[in-house]
Amino acid sequence: MKKYNHWRLEPNTDHILWLYFDRKNASVNTINQEVMEELSDILDTIESTKEYEGVVIASAKKHGFVAGADISQFGQFKNIEEAINLLRKGQLIFDRIENLKIATVALIDGFCLGGGLELALACRYRVAEDGPKTRLGLPEVKLGIHPGWGGTVRLPRLIGAPNAFNMILSGHTISGKAAAKLGIVDVSVPKRHLVTAANYYALQSAKPRIITKMNQVINNKLSRTLLSTYLRKKLHEKVSPEHYPAPFQVIDNWEQLGVNGTEPMVKEAQTCGKLFFSETSENLVRVFFLQERLKSLGKESRFEAKHVHVVGAGTMGGDIAAWCALQGMRVTLQDREAKFIAPAIKRAYALFKDKLKEPYLVQKAMDRLVPDIEGFGIPHADIIIEAIFENLAAKQALFKELETQAKPNAILATNTSSIPLDDINSVMQTPERLVGIHFFNPVPKMLLVEIVSGAHTAANVTENAIAFTRKIDRLPLPVKSLPGFLVNRVLMPYLLESVTLLDEGIPMTVIDKAMVDFGMPMGPIALADAVGLDVCLSVATYLGGFLNTTVPPRLTALINQGKLGRKTGEGFYKYTKAGKQIKPKVEEYGKPLTDISDRLVLRMLDQSFACLRDGVVADADLLDAGMIFGTGFAPFRGGPMRYAKTRGVHELFELFVRLQQERHEKTDELIEWELI
Amino acid sequence: MMEKMKGRDVYLIDGARTPFLKARSKPGTLSASDLAVQVGRELLARQPFSPTDLGEVVIGCVMPSPEEANIARIIALRLGCGKAVPAWTVQRNCASGMQAIDSAMKDILTGRHDLVLAGGTEAMSRAPLLYNESMVNWLAGLWSSKNFVDKLKQIIKFRPRYLAPVISLLKGLTDPIVNLSMGQTAENLAYRFGITREEMDLFSLESHRRIALAQDNHLLNEVLPVFSTTGEYFVEDDGVRRDTTLEKLASLKPIFDKKFGNVTAGNSSQVTDGAALVLLASKEAVLKYKLPVLARIIDTEWAGVDPAEMGLGPVYSTTQLLKRCQLQREDIDYWEINEAFAAQVLGCLAAWEDDEYCRENLGLPSAFGKIDPNRLNIDGGAVALGHPVGASGARIILHLAHVLKRENAKRGVATICIGGGQGGAMLIENMSEVRS
Repeated sequence: MKKYNHWRLEPNTDHILWLYFDRKNASVNTINQEVMEELSDILDTIESTKEYEGVVIASAKKHGFVAGADISQFGQFKNIEEAINLLRKGQLIFDRIENLKIATVALIDGFCLGGGLELALACRYRVAEDGPKTRLGLPEVKLGIHPGWGGTVRLPRLIGAPNAFNMILSGHTISGKAAAKLGIVDVSVPKRHLVTAANYYALQSAKPRIITKMNQVINNKLSRTLLSTYLRKKLHEKVSPEHYPAPFQVIDNWEQLGVNGTEPMVKEAQTCGKLFFSETSENLVRVFFLQERLKSLGKESRFEAKHVHVVGAGTMGGDIAAWCALQGMRVTLQDREAKFIAPAIKRAYALFKDKLKEPYLVQKAMDRLVPDIEGFGIPHADIIIEAIFENLAAKQALFKELETQAKPNAILATNTSSIPLDDINSVMQTPERLVGIHFFNPVPKMLLVEIVSGAHTAANVTENAIAFTRKIDRLPLPVKSLPGFLVNRVLMPYLLESVTLLDEGIPMTVIDKAMVDFGMPMGPIALADAVGLDVCLSVATYLGGFLNTTVPPRLTALINQGKLGRKTGEGFYKYTKAGKQIKPKVEEYGKPLTDISDRLVLRMLDQSFACLRDGVVADADLLDAGMIFGTGFAPFRGGPMRYAKTRGVHELFELFVRLQQERHEKTDELIEWELI
Repeated sequence: MMEKMKGRDVYLIDGARTPFLKARSKPGTLSASDLAVQVGRELLARQPFSPTDLGEVVIGCVMPSPEEANIARIIALRLGCGKAVPAWTVQRNCASGMQAIDSAMKDILTGRHDLVLAGGTEAMSRAPLLYNESMVNWLAGLWSSKNFVDKLKQIIKFRPRYLAPVISLLKGLTDPIVNLSMGQTAENLAYRFGITREEMDLFSLESHRRIALAQDNHLLNEVLPVFSTTGEYFVEDDGVRRDTTLEKLASLKPIFDKKFGNVTAGNSSQVTDGAALVLLASKEAVLKYKLPVLARIIDTEWAGVDPAEMGLGPVYSTTQLLKRCQLQREDIDYWEINEAFAAQVLGCLAAWEDDEYCRENLGLPSAFGKIDPNRLNIDGGAVALGHPVGASGARIILHLAHVLKRENAKRGVATICIGGGQGGAMLIENMSEVRS
């Protein structure tokens, strides 16, 4: 039997060829050109022999089936034509799998994403493992492209357009069980039956799944037109085609050409190839690698956290505790009285139910989260996270106490968002033990965690904190302990500028719309409400001295009226009891909204460059990553630094100076922006 | 036969319980295992050893829910004791919690284990409603019908009365041998010893008063808060009525012997959810982990009595226990007699004060004597707190240990009556230090 670099062929006694994908020199399987060429060669063999009754395609890796196409190849296409040609070539190879006379089975154990699922869809049968690690999906839109190896054609052809587009347009992944329910896989079974099931299907023991009559009708021309209109409308509510063209393209393709014949395939390759060269895709691919970079941090540390102790059961502390318990850690949550802990337990239950679904798993997570008024967890914890109110003296007193009780190698961390570590650790016997682990609100949604090192923080403590952050599946961003760290420092001038715009008479709905149109998840005014105006004020006051900014009277006035934002039902906006913004009508604004977004973004950029100069983060890439994962800064724009580079750093700086001058602000202290 | 127990010393090193939560006409938010886990995880969290160091977990529970088969094992695993720590559930009706501690004690005494988690739990509010027999038979007929016509025939046979549920809690609180409810056995004691309604109500009033006082003076520090998934939290026993008066109690109607009885909801223990756990240790474990000690468990005794007078169980078990340990009534500093019913505790006291009764039934030369009310249930009892049947036995032992410590006293007896006609009694001794 011929040897391949990435594939292993093992026929069994039933004449079933087990085709193991085992990408050379990699821990997970991804598909690149060489993998495809070898697969093509293997298909030559299979097509030319009558030796086999069936083929099972399986992964030889410890984790997962196939993670998708090798994204590092994306940047290597010379031009659109080359990209289209390669995609088309891949499609034809998958077509050959589909057209084999003998049965083909994909055995899916673990992740099966993008090109991996497209490979599986080309098989006649799919068998999936039913555990929590098995996830199937076509997440290409998250990289600004759409599936290009037949996924946008085969999936709606197999399970019907509504469910298929639900997955393709959002990029969501689903479990093996859910995939079986939708008809994407023929069966989902426990690990112990995977091989038996794969052999069963490979012997053609069951009929392949076919699309329901109803869904078949939906793939017809007339209903395609109707459904497309609806899908586009729904999609518009979430994203705009200017920012994210790929999902819209998927709908267009389907509407025009449906799912049968070669035409839709050719079209898919063409539009996917074009999307590779869009700015959105280039930026999103870069964001993907930035994320990979953050994910790769902390690998050297051998720190193991089994028990987390959190002090302070408020919104942040409670949610940090719940998140850690969700990730499998034992957590003790301390606050002065039961009444302060109870709301955190309730929120944790809602989170566990949402994420874990199965009641027995929810119960397990609940059991791991232990209310601990007396602080019994302190001497047992591997890491202690302080999340009490922002008061230096209180934090100092707490850490003085924690330091004496904690295990000698336990991490002592503060979630402070504004107090410099070197102020807190000044009272400690061992200031080198204190590190900042700064989460963002809401904890379950915000991927970023700032890892703050003070002047005394020991390097291995920082490294351990980073490793811990990875263990709980968050993205660690190492930052220097200067006021506001990165995210709040960059955000604050932006938020203050938005209040200044209000003072200039621009309606808040217009301001927010300008930034949403720019690509932010929400406008600055709505963001201030969400964060809480009192929190904004405390950060603004604190940072004010450092950044030479003043607190706008409008903000103080609202706080004095008890209007603290979403949590009190009113801030700048009004909110329903459930905390939903009561949306006022967006007012008319005669001038282009980009005038507004420019002013706000330039403020943010000015501060971003200052952070870079001050060495808050190590480089511009990390700054972009921090702003994207910490604030949702328009990912398709690639982050503030990338955005500045795209529009021209110098040009933007000059625009910033000019805008300042127009408003008669002093400009002599501004420092020219520079990418370091 | 009447020899003192032989074996290693057994120490009660720590314990905790949930607030006892009165059943309020619908299932409580916490199951029996939830209750035990919530209190157990904090109890274990404050120990210097790990839950996996336990030798065994023994839990008493009378009515675990259908999804809590061998509830002790469920609790042990949920507490993070790990797969290797075995666990078993014991059931001796109202004394299940005491039985668990007795069984755990024997594990240590015999040298089988050094550390055992024991106690009891009960979610009485969650006792299920069951289908009655007619309904079960009708359903069986329906499920065994093979074809449509048979099914239809069976469906027509349905009668609305089939839907009348069987209340498992009431069944559980009724003695099937003598066909008396537990309340009726208390009526029997009242009749036999001439206990009046007023005496019962006065006893009840005092129980509420004592608990309230203990709560105000923070004397119930074995109580740990529990939290529900709905954001509720409970820090105190909530069956205590601070506003009750003799007049209010007198106005209540008898509930077991409807017309002429004297036992009311006001002078009976309440239907309640709760869990109480203790940690028992050998001397070796105490020294190894430098454990603080609450008490030493000296001995336990079980006795059988007439099921129709099950409330006298404490009289027999305690008398036998003291005989075996060669102790007199005066040697006991503090008493906990579980208050299933005011009439039942008063009946026990009356029996002990009765020369003839003691001679004829207990083999004593004369009356056992009067127990000083100021040394009995000094912080109230189940009439005010409630009686989660699986947990009460463990609660009185744990509380007695705290009382001995607080009062700087030496010995105490915790005793409990048991539906079906039994009594259990445990003798403990105040102890702080264990010398090697």
